[in-house]
Amino acid sequence: MPDGAQETGIGASVRRFEDQRLLTGNGTYVDDINRPGQTYAHILRSPHAHARIVSIDTSAALASPGVVAVFTGEDMQVGGLPCGWQIHSQDGSPMHEPPHPVLAQGKVRHVGDQVAVVIAESVHEARAGAELIGVDYDVLPAVMDLKAAAAGGTLLHEEIGTNVCYDWGLGDEAAVDAALAASAHVTEIDITNNRLIPNAIEPRAAIAEYNGSTREYTLYTTTQNPHVIRLLMGAFVLSLPEHKLRVIAPDVGGGFGSKIFLYAEETIITWASARIGRPIKWTAERSESFMTDAHGRDHVTHARLGLDADGRFTALKVETHANMGAYLSTFATSVPTYLYATLLAGVYTTPIIFANTRAVFTSTVVVDAYRGAGRPEATYLLERIVNKAARETGRDPVQLRRQNMIQPDAFPYATPVALTYDSGNYQATLDSAERLADVAGFAARKAASEAAGRKRGLGYSTYIEACGIAPSAVAGQLGARAGLFESAEVRVHPTGSVTVFTGTHSHGQGHETTFAQLVSDQLGIPIESVEISHGDTGNVQFGMGTYGSRSLAVGGEAIVRATNKVIEKARKIAAHILEASAEDIEFADGSFTVAGTDRSMAFGEVALAAYVPHNFPHDTLEPGLDESAFFDPANFTFPGGTHICEVEVDPETGVVEVKNFTAVDDVGRVINPMIVAGQVHGGVAQGIGQALLEGCVFDSEGQLLTGSYMDYTMPRADNLPSFTVATETTLCAHNTLGVKGVGEVGAIGSPPAVINAVVNALSDLGVTDVSMPATSQTVWRAIQDARA
Amino acid sequence: MPTVNMSVNGKPASGEVEARTLLVQFLRETLRLTGTHVGCDTSQCGACVVHVNGSSVKSCTMLAVQADGAEVVTIEGLADGDSLNPMQEAFRNNHGLQCGFCTPGMVMSAMDLVNRNPGATEAEIREWLEGNICRCTGYHNIVKSIQEAAGNMGD
Repeated sequence: MPDGAQETGIGASVRRFEDQRLLTGNGTYVDDINRPGQTYAHILRSPHAHARIVSIDTSAALASPGVVAVFTGEDMQVGGLPCGWQIHSQDGSPMHEPPHPVLAQGKVRHVGDQVAVVIAESVHEARAGAELIGVDYDVLPAVMDLKAAAAGGTLLHEEIGTNVCYDWGLGDEAAVDAALAASAHVTEIDITNNRLIPNAIEPRAAIAEYNGSTREYTLYTTTQNPHVIRLLMGAFVLSLPEHKLRVIAPDVGGGFGSKIFLYAEETIITWASARIGRPIKWTAERSESFMTDAHGRDHVTHARLGLDADGRFTALKVETHANMGAYLSTFATSVPTYLYATLLAGVYTTPIIFANTRAVFTSTVVVDAYRGAGRPEATYLLERIVNKAARETGRDPVQLRRQNMIQPDAFPYATPVALTYDSGNYQATLDSAERLADVAGFAARKAASEAAGRKRGLGYSTYIEACGIAPSAVAGQLGARAGLFESAEVRVHPTGSVTVFTGTHSHGQGHETTFAQLVSDQLGIPIESVEISHGDTGNVQFGMGTYGSRSLAVGGEAIVRATNKVIEKARKIAAHILEASAEDIEFADGSFTVAGTDRSMAFGEVALAAYVPHNFPHDTLEPGLDESAFFDPANFTFPGGTHICEVEVDPETGVVEVKNFTAVDDVGRVINPMIVAGQVHGGVAQGIGQALLEGCVFDSEGQLLTGSYMDYTMPRADNLPSFTVATETTLCAHNTLGVKGVGEVGAIGSPPAVINAVVNALSDLGVTDVSMPATSQTVWRAIQDARA
Repeated sequence: MPTVNMSVNGKPASGEVEARTLLVQFLRETLRLTGTHVGCDTSQCGACVVHVNGSSVKSCTMLAVQADGAEVVTIEGLADGDSLNPMQEAFRNNHGLQCGFCTPGMVMSAMDLVNRNPGATEAEIREWLEGNICRCTGYHNIVKSIQEAAGNMGD
């Protein structure tokens, strides 16, 4: 192994290659790009949550200075934005899929819905033009309450005759009802998983350009998956052939799910760029991000957990209303079904489970996958109801968890909700977390808080999630309309350096570093000789992108497999030149050696030979060294762990302070510990944000009340402590790296730990429930209610 | 339209601006210094922080004409060639950035803090960063970076 390679291999905290450009202001985000002749788009949006459009008058806007064009839904007759996952109701009928127009077709269904686009020479002129468009609305009642909307009343999409998208079930309801009836104790809970607004700090942006002579479109856009955007926009909305549509996602400033989906704005300007023959740029204002980026969570759930006389879980029944918003976003339908109900076994041996989800249309922004997507909702429900069951039956909540946990020797473990966990050791993460959180010293800390007039509490969450999305065969059976594999190409250059093309996309995750570690380690070449290329459909063969903690477990595995093919090809080349048989060539530390001899070639020499094939037997050995692989995983991966939160509450004001937060996660093999810890920090901060600070609020008429950073509380540095994070590793059994994924664990595991800690802190005041976000007002009211 | 003259990263810079042009627009659109970012429209996120006459300023809260005659430093003005300054280096060394979008504002803000209060405690650092929002890091490694840089800058 070359000098220095040790420090860049698997398991080393290699400092990120991305950072030099990002720290010096030399990153290239979409809004940093400008194209010659560029125009600017401004979207006129609905001020009403639900209204019929009687008429639109664009004449004054068209006459406004600098305005190049104005288009409405009448002009833009194209396909609707598609939904990528079909769910069937319990009666076998397919879900309702009302059209999702790119520009409103006669009706608007949420505040912020797109009504028209104004394209002008400057942003100011586009905005001024939009103000001159006259729209006559016939305002209709907003559809806001989930359960009321499900029951009927005003219909958002009259043509489907209901506000219910689907009524889906998983499991044997009668058997679960019978088991609950026979249980010694049944704990019931009503729980709301608060709606969140993702808030990547980079607002969405796009630039579309059409070349009239080649008839090619180029779209720069803030996406987590450029090939998916190309496929959905090209094939389903605008009918553009994929070889004439290039999608580039350069540096992207955070996604958290919200940049997975195909959005109207990027579609509108791509279409319009050919109409006006000039590039068009659109950059969201933050207020537009609040009212058009797909939101997350928003579940209302009633659940019942049965326990036998010894405290063993007997059955679980979960009934959920899930908000879809006004339309179906790209992956919306999968989130409250196959990414949620399938996780309801958690880390426990509950033998039978039934879940029912009713997905409901409301006059609100669409709801789709946001960091964790379904799995945080499942975890929050389980970890709250387990604590409640412990309290009701007089048991210690940690002991109750241990008693019901899947044992380390039980893997592979088939759950009653369609998944088979391949590996894990939940007890190990719990033991480790209790040590690191100094649970033994909690009583003394609590006494000190008490002496100072404060209430101190400890809360646990022992969670599991499914990621590495996804095994295509399984996903297909469950309704996915796409495969969820990943691809990689490893291109070895004549001088022995390597460019790796990956279909995943990095928007903060550090792929340029982690993936380079993999390839450098595998080929035994310096890490500086490996370049990772992503985010451009013009360069990268294909890809499904980055979400569901899939980039390493699926995309990384594709890279490993492509690199293995490179090694096999190089072995043949070395055998030819060294005049040995390929079977006798050993590859180690970057050299190909004839076994038992000192005859060897360095990787770089073989690479050069591959491109200078002067004496190759061309019928058996092709020139070149460039291999690709498509990897489709056999199963999901199942990271899990234990989060312990310690809070202090001021009972007079309700202010909650997170004193300590400990996360011990099993994410499989760790390639770069520094990056893994960073992913956990960020996820935990989002989870604490959901638990204590963040909540999207609409008024009864559908106006978004939390539409800016002055109203929607983002976690700030002074809301959070420094975290204690560690890993306990069991290897994934079905990828060669043994990796599971880390992007979402922090956001999945943490919210119930925080709320359980708050409830624990206030338990001697009689508080048994606090809802998210546990703002000081919410906590103060809970205390007053308990005292009343 | 008024013309503004200022020093940006030690070099003279001038341009015609509308009276309503914000300093951040002048930097990004006229000077094409796109390292300074815009993350919100209410002066909350802090992605646009630059230094004006030595103090950190949200460049979306200042008109370009108000910066006439000022010394402005942006994220592009910190490194010496490929060599990062101590705050940038500390962010790199401590994984104080992920997507990088809030990072220029974070670095500029953090430098002002350390200049004013070289011995800032963790609590003081966290309080100072109240005007800079990061969605990726949970602030853990940003705080660590600033602590390390404060130590190095004080040497």
